[in-house]
Amino acid sequence: MPPADPFWGKLSWAAIPIDSPFPIFASAGVAVAIIGVLAWIVLKGHFPYLWREWLTSVDHKRVGVMYVVLALVMLLRGFADAAMMRTQQAMALNAPGYLPPEHYDQIFSSHGTIMIFFVAMPFVIGLMNFVVPLQIGARDVAFPTLNSVSFWLTATGALLVNISLFVGEFARTGWIPYPPLSETAYSPGVGVDYYLWSLQISGVGTLLTGVNFVTTILKGRAPGMDLMRMPMFCWTALASNLLIIAAFPVLTATLAMLILDRYLGFHFFTNAAGGNVMMFMNLIWAWGHPEVYILILPAFGVFSEVIATFSSRALFGYRSMVAATLGICVLAFTVWLHHFFTMGAGANVNAVFGILSTVIAVPTGVKVFNWLFTIYGGRLRYTVPILWTLGFMVTFVIGGMTGVLLALPPVDFLLHNSLFLIAHFHNVIIGGVVFGLFAGYTYWFPKAFGFRLHEGLGKAAFWFWTIGFYLAFMPLYVLGFLGMTRRMQQYDVPAWQPWLIAAAAGAGLIAIGTGFLVAQLYYSIRHRDALRDSSGDPWNGRTLEWSTSSPPPSYNFAVLPEITALDAYWNRKQQALENRAARPMPSYEAIEVPRNSATGIVCAFFASLTGFALIWHIWWLAALGIVGAFVTFVVFAWRDQVEDELSAEELARMDGLDRAARERASDPGFAA
Amino acid sequence: MNATVTSVHSASEAKKRIAVGYGFWIFLLSDIVMFSCFFASYAVLVNATAGGQEGRQLFDLDRVAIETACLLGSSFTCGLAFIASGKRSAISFHVSMAATLALGAAFLILEGAEFSSMLQRNAGPTHSAFLSAFFSLVGCHGIHVSIGLLWLMTMMAQVYAKGFRDDILRRILCFTLFWHALDIIWVALFTVVYLIGVAP
Repeated sequence: MPPADPFWGKLSWAAIPIDSPFPIFASAGVAVAIIGVLAWIVLKGHFPYLWREWLTSVDHKRVGVMYVVLALVMLLRGFADAAMMRTQQAMALNAPGYLPPEHYDQIFSSHGTIMIFFVAMPFVIGLMNFVVPLQIGARDVAFPTLNSVSFWLTATGALLVNISLFVGEFARTGWIPYPPLSETAYSPGVGVDYYLWSLQISGVGTLLTGVNFVTTILKGRAPGMDLMRMPMFCWTALASNLLIIAAFPVLTATLAMLILDRYLGFHFFTNAAGGNVMMFMNLIWAWGHPEVYILILPAFGVFSEVIATFSSRALFGYRSMVAATLGICVLAFTVWLHHFFTMGAGANVNAVFGILSTVIAVPTGVKVFNWLFTIYGGRLRYTVPILWTLGFMVTFVIGGMTGVLLALPPVDFLLHNSLFLIAHFHNVIIGGVVFGLFAGYTYWFPKAFGFRLHEGLGKAAFWFWTIGFYLAFMPLYVLGFLGMTRRMQQYDVPAWQPWLIAAAAGAGLIAIGTGFLVAQLYYSIRHRDALRDSSGDPWNGRTLEWSTSSPPPSYNFAVLPEITALDAYWNRKQQALENRAARPMPSYEAIEVPRNSATGIVCAFFASLTGFALIWHIWWLAALGIVGAFVTFVVFAWRDQVEDELSAEELARMDGLDRAARERASDPGFAA
Repeated sequence: MNATVTSVHSASEAKKRIAVGYGFWIFLLSDIVMFSCFFASYAVLVNATAGGQEGRQLFDLDRVAIETACLLGSSFTCGLAFIASGKRSAISFHVSMAATLALGAAFLILEGAEFSSMLQRNAGPTHSAFLSAFFSLVGCHGIHVSIGLLWLMTMMAQVYAKGFRDDILRRILCFTLFWHALDIIWVALFTVVYLIGVAP
């Protein structure tokens, strides 16, 4: 490797992978798509609108939608990686397949990194952004501009991961870069650095989200919204954000140590000079296991909302559900060692962590039974969100049971790092988190845009995804028992191949399901007038978000609601029906609405520069980026007008229009 | 009428101040979690000297005592600045903040002197895992202090340019919380690294 240039650092033309066709074609395709979309936006004159209403928006609903868009786009990227791995393994019996090892290793690393950090996380955080303030009767999150900064830092991380496709390489170390492999001695390239800096930058965004949402939920609820009147989704969001606050700093510290090892020759995790590799395992999983619950708890929240709404019945065992959520929140920090039972902690330590890991099945079981009992006593409407929920309940229970198996150290010694493990965590992450996110996406879509998603295409997507999931992942359980380890670029055991071909076929079905999701979105946008919902309450909902118009005004509630019971909106609708009387006109008061701010996107610009410069050792640019980010904050802090006032008359006028529109839609809850 | 407007405004201002203070406390807790990882790694690696020098040979308790006095003193002057901001007294605010700045800078200079003397004695962070953990833990605190000083100067400039506006008062609240939190971390650091490090 040539010595680093003082101006360009390690960056040179050699960084562009001219000789490998896949990254070149893929990145050329992405570049053409991005340029095409940008050209369309600019030529059609949409840019000012996009800038004003979305890119600089600090409205939690807009930020939430942007998070979900980011997640969906990255889902396509992560899924392309998955499809490549499945086809490679289907054909690589005693053969090199079509992906050389150094490329295959980058694919499984980027697949995991993207799916967890840039699909699941932004999707979960996007739903929380959109829903939580509406459900607790707040006008926005506690710190709206900070929220926008969080989003843009996450987007920066995603951008850096995607740049690695074209400039340089990505990590070949797996989605958790275990040292010593990830140390400079064994990974001298920029791949691990791309991983480290994109996660550090997006991790700051995630941490700030955690701070923002805990403050919002604990300090920003509407009058009367006691904690025990909060919708279940808000409880799970609270638990998830508490976990973010406690766990993400651990990730930051751990990655910082690896960065110091790689950049300045420190010895935290090296083989030489007293470095301790096991310390990395302990630290990273002290973040990594809670991370799993950061993702799944909000999905549990979505299922709780969906089941209660479509069973037209209050959630069974609300209190036990809250207790189970908080129980999982605490237990999440007590099980990390089960990720490395085989790495020599000893029988007694393994036994303790094995027992604690199986204990987590108890609160989760409480939740499953509560959902079943809610359905049992209700009258279920088989909509798309409910299909995802039912699919989840069957699939997740299977995944939970294989998880309990893996939590037993003797079993884990046989199955550690085999495809059984891969099958298990995809079983809970797809069957739990992804199905939950799709349920939430379908459920809250009409609230966000004022029209529903097409039902039939959604059902088709559900069936292809579910059947595809079973076909793709059940064979991996078998392969795990047959002794196949994870991350194999080729193999020489003929008995494995039929199962791998079946798994590839399953991935094909999931691809069709994904195609249906895209088609559903496209069709629904084109036929939005036919799918329009002007009532604001298309599902006969129970919680406060359905009491607003769709999409809700930027300030959410013209007059802050007074909450007197759980299922606040349902309760209000029932009372309105009983009294057969409209509530008197509310008395409006002037409110302050936060001004839009370009701080987030400008910060992201400088963070991208800094991240890219640090990856390539371009020190002057890194310094410039940091100075730029600081100046951005000072400029933000120097603003004289932070908020605009919305007068009572203006508020009354806009709310009157909204009420009239919804009266025409004859919503029974309108008057309430 | 005017009185009602003011009271509505002050109620919303109180709510904002509570939310900002609360949110910043939560951020500080997360920062302390991050420090706890560096503390834990130090505890794990403290004996991993790889045959090199140990803390007993490297630490100069007199210098560290002066550092501690500077930092604790700066917390006191920082508290005075907070009181001054509550009384809207620009002069005592600026004087107290300048004192905090001077003490914080003195702390950083002493810490820099410690680091450079260690580097000269062939005890830089690349020499052993123990020294890596030491430099990271103490250096992480030092970086926090440096960021704090940058913030401090920004707040002085803001008060000078804009006066004691509500949002600026909220930022002063956050800054003082931050500064005191760094003291708490230093007390732990002083104990875990230096006192236990030189204990026989």
